[in-house]
Amino acid sequence: MTRKRQELLGKGFLWFCAVVTVSSLLLVLAYVTLKGAPGVSWNFLTASPEDMGRKGGVFPAIVGTLFLVVLGIAIATPFGVGAGLYLAECVSRNSRLGEIFRFGIETLAAVPSIVFGLFGYALFVKALKPVTGGTTLLSGALTIALMILPILTRATEEAVRAVPVSYREASLALGATRGQTVFRVVLPAAAPGISSAVILGVGRIVGETAALLFTLGGSPLVPRSIFEPARTLAMHLYLVVLEVGAMDMGFATAFLLMVITLGLNLAVDAVSRGK
Amino acid sequence: MDDSLGQRGAQAPPSHTTGPGSTTRAPRTRRGKETWEYLALAATAIAAGAVFFIAAFVFWEGWPAFREVGFFEFVLGKVWSPTRGFYGILPIIAGTFAVTILTLILAIPVSVGTAVFLTEYSPEWASRIVRKAVDLLAGIPSVVYGLFGMTTLVPLIRRIELATVPQGAPSYLTVGYSVLSASVILAVMIAPTVISISCDALKSVPSEYREGSLGLGATRWQTVTKVILPVAAPGILAGIILGTGRAVGETMAVLMVAGNAPLFPKSVFTPVRTLTANIAAEIGYATGLHEHALFADGIALFFVVILLNSVALWFRRKALK
Amino acid sequence: MDMNRTSAVAAKPVVPQDGDVGTTVPQVASPRPNVTPPVREKIRTEKLTVFYDGKEAIKSIDLSIPEGMVTAIIGPSGCGKSTFLRALNRMNELIPGTRTTGKVLVDGINIYDPAIDLPTLRKNVGMVWQRPNPFPKTIWENVAYGPKCLGVKSKAVLDDIVEKSLREAALWDEVKDRLHSSALALSGGQQQRLCIARALAVEPSVLLMDEPAASLDPISTTKIEDLMAELRGKYTLIIVTHNMQQAARVSDYTAFLLMGELVEFDVTERIFTRPKRKETEDYITGRFG
Ligand SMILES: Nc1ncnc2c1ncn2[C@@H]1O[C@H](COP(=O)(O)OP(=O)(O)O)[C@@H](O)[C@H]1O
Ligand SMILES: [Mg+2]
Repeated sequence: MTRKRQELLGKGFLWFCAVVTVSSLLLVLAYVTLKGAPGVSWNFLTASPEDMGRKGGVFPAIVGTLFLVVLGIAIATPFGVGAGLYLAECVSRNSRLGEIFRFGIETLAAVPSIVFGLFGYALFVKALKPVTGGTTLLSGALTIALMILPILTRATEEAVRAVPVSYREASLALGATRGQTVFRVVLPAAAPGISSAVILGVGRIVGETAALLFTLGGSPLVPRSIFEPARTLAMHLYLVVLEVGAMDMGFATAFLLMVITLGLNLAVDAVSRGK
Repeated sequence: MDDSLGQRGAQAPPSHTTGPGSTTRAPRTRRGKETWEYLALAATAIAAGAVFFIAAFVFWEGWPAFREVGFFEFVLGKVWSPTRGFYGILPIIAGTFAVTILTLILAIPVSVGTAVFLTEYSPEWASRIVRKAVDLLAGIPSVVYGLFGMTTLVPLIRRIELATVPQGAPSYLTVGYSVLSASVILAVMIAPTVISISCDALKSVPSEYREGSLGLGATRWQTVTKVILPVAAPGILAGIILGTGRAVGETMAVLMVAGNAPLFPKSVFTPVRTLTANIAAEIGYATGLHEHALFADGIALFFVVILLNSVALWFRRKALK
Repeated sequence: MDMNRTSAVAAKPVVPQDGDVGTTVPQVASPRPNVTPPVREKIRTEKLTVFYDGKEAIKSIDLSIPEGMVTAIIGPSGCGKSTFLRALNRMNELIPGTRTTGKVLVDGINIYDPAIDLPTLRKNVGMVWQRPNPFPKTIWENVAYGPKCLGVKSKAVLDDIVEKSLREAALWDEVKDRLHSSALALSGGQQQRLCIARALAVEPSVLLMDEPAASLDPISTTKIEDLMAELRGKYTLIIVTHNMQQAARVSDYTAFLLMGELVEFDVTERIFTRPKRKETEDYITGRFG
């Protein structure tokens, strides 16, 4: 019967799609591990790059990544959480103002990272050079903070909305002000959702390159203040691969990046399971 | 927590709750706002206003290029060669277009197929694996995709090119860096977006439709193709359009595998440069008009992506109704 | 509630036959013996048990459903009526975590046999749900959907099927001028009759109806009930209802379920006048839930 054949073919096609999706991940994971894992040693993690990155390690890039993550999250979180809170608590779902704010944030989420890079370059690196010092950790962090803002805002709004109304009513009925209710009851209840968004934001910062190419400076030295240029692991990968051609170093860095990405993914799982 | 709230309530002086009219007070009454609300409003205004600020800045910096080169000469100019004073981004637009279209051709069937698999066919164990894989694919940094593409895909495609491109063809057709390389990598990169949004759309199809169709003796495949996909179409389209936006906006992976030659794509083997890669490749050393031209390139990019995003949002809203 | 009892019996259009009924159908004494030919068994369940996530929703049900008759399944909410009904065309399998044991024989064939082709089974055992669920397509496309899935391609043949099915569902006159407008524009009662027409279009021999009138107004309900009377004889109808008057009005046989168990199955008249079990009596007289 042709209907049965059609059903079998369809089922086969869908399994094929799923297998393609899963195997593209496995292929990338396996290849990068195979090529990169052998290059990761204690020395690789703790030494500075030598000979433009052909030899040595990635220590400065690790430090740069850490600095950028901490700084970027520190800048973005108050704004992202504040905005999410405002959208969830202070404007009704379909109000005009809420629509406009949400449109702005959705659109920000769609801006390509290279455009953030252009913007950061024009504003933080060039126009605000006296404040930021040009291509520095600060400029990079400001640029990337803008980029992860929508992730934080959206997740906070969702998490805050998901807090049962009964919590709020219970708190208000006990004579708490709205502020007390929000900060002592609602936000703690929304904390797991917000934390997973922060971890996602960390992932974005670790993986980003285009927005940082012309804002962070790419210095191969360990940054000692936020007014010094730096490079992240992802940037380092790009620079050693494309400008130096040191593939082995690139793969070792890629392997490191993937381990970090997997770790962050597990962290998100752990946080949301702990809900 | 209940206990502590209860105690606090019991100890709190009841004075302000027994004031005149207080019993009719809704929790959201417009009486004086608290300080935190103003702070939160400021944060929202900054977060939502940022995109306009970014747009304004990029426009401001890119505008001189339109003025000096001329809008049409810029957009329709066939040669991009800043060192020789040619600022035509048509080949770059064409390259972006070619890469994006081929990406969609490669990505849509497999991604939508995976989404249908997940929502309609998959046994639980397989769902878990596929979902995790999609999650992880979304988290891999683009430079890692780029490196992977450079070292596996590009050599493979070079071999295909050497075998298929006729003798005497320009040598750039046998380098492996090409529209095809970029599209394959991008197809993998946008798959998570398309899959997860399509999944949402498919899941929101009421199960009554599914039961109604199966209950009439339709096969699963018939149910999927004749009832479920048509109903979920707006949502899936939103996912595809958002994926398109990601493809157009992706920089690093494309920069690493597309070849970066501002050529018109004549075949899938032509090395091309995209709007994003053009900026990334040149802004480091650009000055003056050249720099303005790259910001103008950014304007074009901005426009395309915002347009795609708005259309996607529109479809999504329609799908939710 | 007592009124219901008497009026229910009085309103009953056909008194079921007995006497020569097949051995699997309960033997009952009827005031009008042998007015219809012997009844064949259409569906038989043996130790039918359905689990949701390991919890039994219906427990070891043995039931024999006669061909061409209207059999009503009654019982309080949550007693497993829908579960039982959905076990008869293996619809429960769409819900993850369900497990079914025992047998369901349709025309003597166990439908839980792994070799059974589900689409064929469901074509043969049609279904109508509590909430009308027409597809977001035109009226014509809704009715033609099933036959098309079965491979009917000719427009003329499909047109015929659509008309015949809509007539059979007593909807033709109301929609014949707007066959190509959206089915979602119809009223709830019309949508439900459309769903019946859609089910009839694939020529099932059994029609399962899960509270088909529960979401409808009284007039639409009457139309659906009249329709059931029309379809009786040609199709084996099994309807779930928690409206006892309805069961009494339209059905020949009634099964009473309580907490997943079959308490009593008999000719409808007997169930409503001389139930054997105390639980049944409590339920139909309204002393229960
Ligand atoms: N999808 C489901 N998952 C878990 N339990 C269910 C599900 N559907 C029904 N049940 C349980 O099975 C029992 C019978 O349900 P159902 O057959 O729908 O009853 P009825 O149709 O008589 O109201 C109920 O206790 C109900 O809670
Ligand atoms: Mg029910």
